[in-house]
Amino acid sequence: MLLRRLTTALMALTGAALTFAVDASAIELSDQCPAGFALEQGVCRLSSRYDVFPSVQAAGLGGTKTALPARRDGFTPQQVDLGRYLFFDPILSPDNALACASCHLPERGFSDGQPRSIGNKGAALNRAAPTLWNVAFLDRLFWDGRARSLEEQMLGPLFADDEMANTEAGLLERINANPEYRRLFSQVYDSADAISLEQLTGALVAFESSLISLNSRYDQYALGYSDALDDTETKGLNVFRSFVARCAECHTPPLFTNREIAVIGAPEPTGVGFDEGAGASYNDSRLRGGFRVPSLRNIALTEPYMHSGRFTSLAEVVSFYNAGRGNAVPDDQRLYLHWHITSPELGDDEELALLAFLDTLTDESFLPALPSALPSGLDPASYRKHVSHHTGVQ
Amino acid sequence: MKTLGYALLLLLIGFTIGSVLNSNDPDLSSPVSTPQTFQTSAEQVEEQRSLVAAGGSIKDIAGPAPSVEVIVDDGESILAAVRAADPGTVIRVMPGTYHETVFIDKDDIRLIGTIVDGNRPVLDGRGILNDAVLYSGNNFVIENFEIRNYKGNGVMGQAGNNYVIRNNVVIDTGIYGIFPQLGTNGVVEHNIVSGISDAAIYVGMSDNTHVAYNEVFDSVAGIEIENSRHAIVEYNDVHDNTGGILAFITPGLPIKTTYDVIIRHNFVIDNNVKNWGAPGSTVSGIPAGTGILIMAADDVIIEGNIIKNNKTAGILVTDHANASSITADPESDPNPDRVAILDNVMLNNGYDTITEVKALMLTEFKQPPVDIVRVGVSNDSCLANRERYRTVGIGDFADCDFRHTEDIATYLLPPVEPREISVADRGKMTYLAVCSGCHAYTGRLIGPPMQAIQAIYHDNPQGIADYIVAPIKRDGDYPEMPPQNYLDEQTRFAVGEYILGMTPTPAAES
Repeated sequence: MLLRRLTTALMALTGAALTFAVDASAIELSDQCPAGFALEQGVCRLSSRYDVFPSVQAAGLGGTKTALPARRDGFTPQQVDLGRYLFFDPILSPDNALACASCHLPERGFSDGQPRSIGNKGAALNRAAPTLWNVAFLDRLFWDGRARSLEEQMLGPLFADDEMANTEAGLLERINANPEYRRLFSQVYDSADAISLEQLTGALVAFESSLISLNSRYDQYALGYSDALDDTETKGLNVFRSFVARCAECHTPPLFTNREIAVIGAPEPTGVGFDEGAGASYNDSRLRGGFRVPSLRNIALTEPYMHSGRFTSLAEVVSFYNAGRGNAVPDDQRLYLHWHITSPELGDDEELALLAFLDTLTDESFLPALPSALPSGLDPASYRKHVSHHTGVQ
Repeated sequence: MKTLGYALLLLLIGFTIGSVLNSNDPDLSSPVSTPQTFQTSAEQVEEQRSLVAAGGSIKDIAGPAPSVEVIVDDGESILAAVRAADPGTVIRVMPGTYHETVFIDKDDIRLIGTIVDGNRPVLDGRGILNDAVLYSGNNFVIENFEIRNYKGNGVMGQAGNNYVIRNNVVIDTGIYGIFPQLGTNGVVEHNIVSGISDAAIYVGMSDNTHVAYNEVFDSVAGIEIENSRHAIVEYNDVHDNTGGILAFITPGLPIKTTYDVIIRHNFVIDNNVKNWGAPGSTVSGIPAGTGILIMAADDVIIEGNIIKNNKTAGILVTDHANASSITADPESDPNPDRVAILDNVMLNNGYDTITEVKALMLTEFKQPPVDIVRVGVSNDSCLANRERYRTVGIGDFADCDFRHTEDIATYLLPPVEPREISVADRGKMTYLAVCSGCHAYTGRLIGPPMQAIQAIYHDNPQGIADYIVAPIKRDGDYPEMPPQNYLDEQTRFAVGEYILGMTPTPAAES
């Protein structure tokens, strides 16, 4: 399974190298929609086989045959492609040190493999980098749910001193000083005016919204091929949705998140203080220690886990839930734990089956191609150096 | 003495005003005006009535009965029969004991128990299995089973629509007895459910539900309608639970509303069992002795019930602020608005009520017993013939301007179906969802361009359909294609046709 995953990733990345020109001045934006999208009246619309099914209150939640939630789409192919260049381009940070991809690495499930992300000049950040797969469907961003749109969200890392450390003025100055970006933005937005922050974030949102993962083996099962899962995985599916484990009550298909805030009482790593999470962002003590329920699609790709990367494997995560309600809540904290956090007492065979099932949610078939050159002229693969530079791990 | 006299005076005034305004006024037999979102036209009334058979049961909303039948005998596996069945199969299960979890992820499967000399097929979890029946397929029917000794749920639905759960005996199946969730259009009737640690019958995040003629007892909650719309709960016998019938909004769930709920003609009696709900569960905050509990739900009508011997209150209406065990959710409206309490027979309720209710009563110079308790905010609610009941907190409830819900036979719909998609659309959707990650029309991605495929297969979609089941490596330049054998034959053919019809400018399509 791991080998297949790596092969897919490598194929996408090396395939790109063959497709794209090396000279920045030769960059032409694609007129094709990204994989999974159809061009309709000039814009790209996601085509999902789930959308033929109904869903209660159009909430996009349910079982095997339920429509997906509302999503961000409707961008032009050129806008998506421009966003792809921006996403990989360290020009967005003042010293060309960090691109979006530095913490959202395509080869790491659009996360970074770190317990908590590493910021500007190696700054230690508080929380783990969330995956961007299927982020088009989310209406709460950041672990604490404080942003309600991708546009709002990305201003956080762009302008935080300990993340990409830019300012609005600085960012616009840098991007407008680059003739290649001026040329590409004027094509996309049909305007010779200076590049605006809205145009820049709009292009990044267009690209992020194209990161769709909906053709895992679970999907093959859900959409009618009952042999897609073996007996252990099927058993795991039934543990997952049983009312003993209750995983599916919050990680609800088809997206495997209900997109709500939940207080689960996961522990912080040694030496890290209690994280208020949504209690602070929503200014409500009943949400203290609450975090956005993450989607489990491609979850096997994004270890370590939880908001602060406390658990190095999914096995540890499952053990934590199985150890019982409140097992890791510090003595000095009184939390309103979610009512679905119980003490399921799953057997070892059930834990293993659950882990096998979680592996069936992996699908990277729409992994986007890495640009072979960037409008800034910077190295498009430089995003890979950030984590390794600060951790010493290649 | 002085205070009591004052209170009696106030009561007397209240009674007199109530009598003048409301009692026995023959002009108040107007139809329902309260539900805000479900305006019934004459045709809808007829259509709804057509779903109700003579004798009151609901006709099948699961579509026409399939003609294919298989029989499962004692000693065989029900699950094996389900897995082998095509959509559109009736699985008849003979009396016997079956130790298994049965899951149904395909449409049009009916599990029908055969009852012989009073013996039903028994699903027995022996206290070690999680759930008895899990369904996500549409048009699912389960009838005539006995289900006992599971740890999770008896019957649990996840988004299956048009379901019928009928004539089952469910005993000690863990958290819920019968739990349709995230489904539209379902019937739960003629079941006997007992010994459940949360709700015996729990309708969660669902639309258009009919819960009727069930007996529920010895459970924490009898019947719970939670974050659901358009539900009717009628003719049920709800006794000896902690709380009888509940209409809730639980905060923190992704579907935020409960409205248009009719609770009518039920027996709600002796619901005084000590709360044994799990710590942290929503029902763990229900005071023992609550007949009907309305928390934050809107447009709830309570009509024609017999509500008797519930020691905390016959009817308790509360907002989130006054409920315990409740998390925060700024997107949930915390107030139960437009609650209509029509005529109900209420006897001997609230005789041993909780401290909070006693304190509230003191503010109105009243003392237990009490039939109807309202705490917190409840806008535009009403009560008919208020002089008949002992109440607290309902001072600003108006007199209801309607007296019955006769015009609403049911909120059920004709079967809800997936959107029909043409073969051409199916081909396109599958191409986009599956093929487009590796193939473009022109140019190389991971696999070859479709232009090249068109040249090979130009008038042979079946050739493509056959190839993709078990691809063989043809061009050393490309990685081997993984088999697409999970697509059914019709879908593969549709993909083949779509690929052969592709043009350089899909922009022309819309």
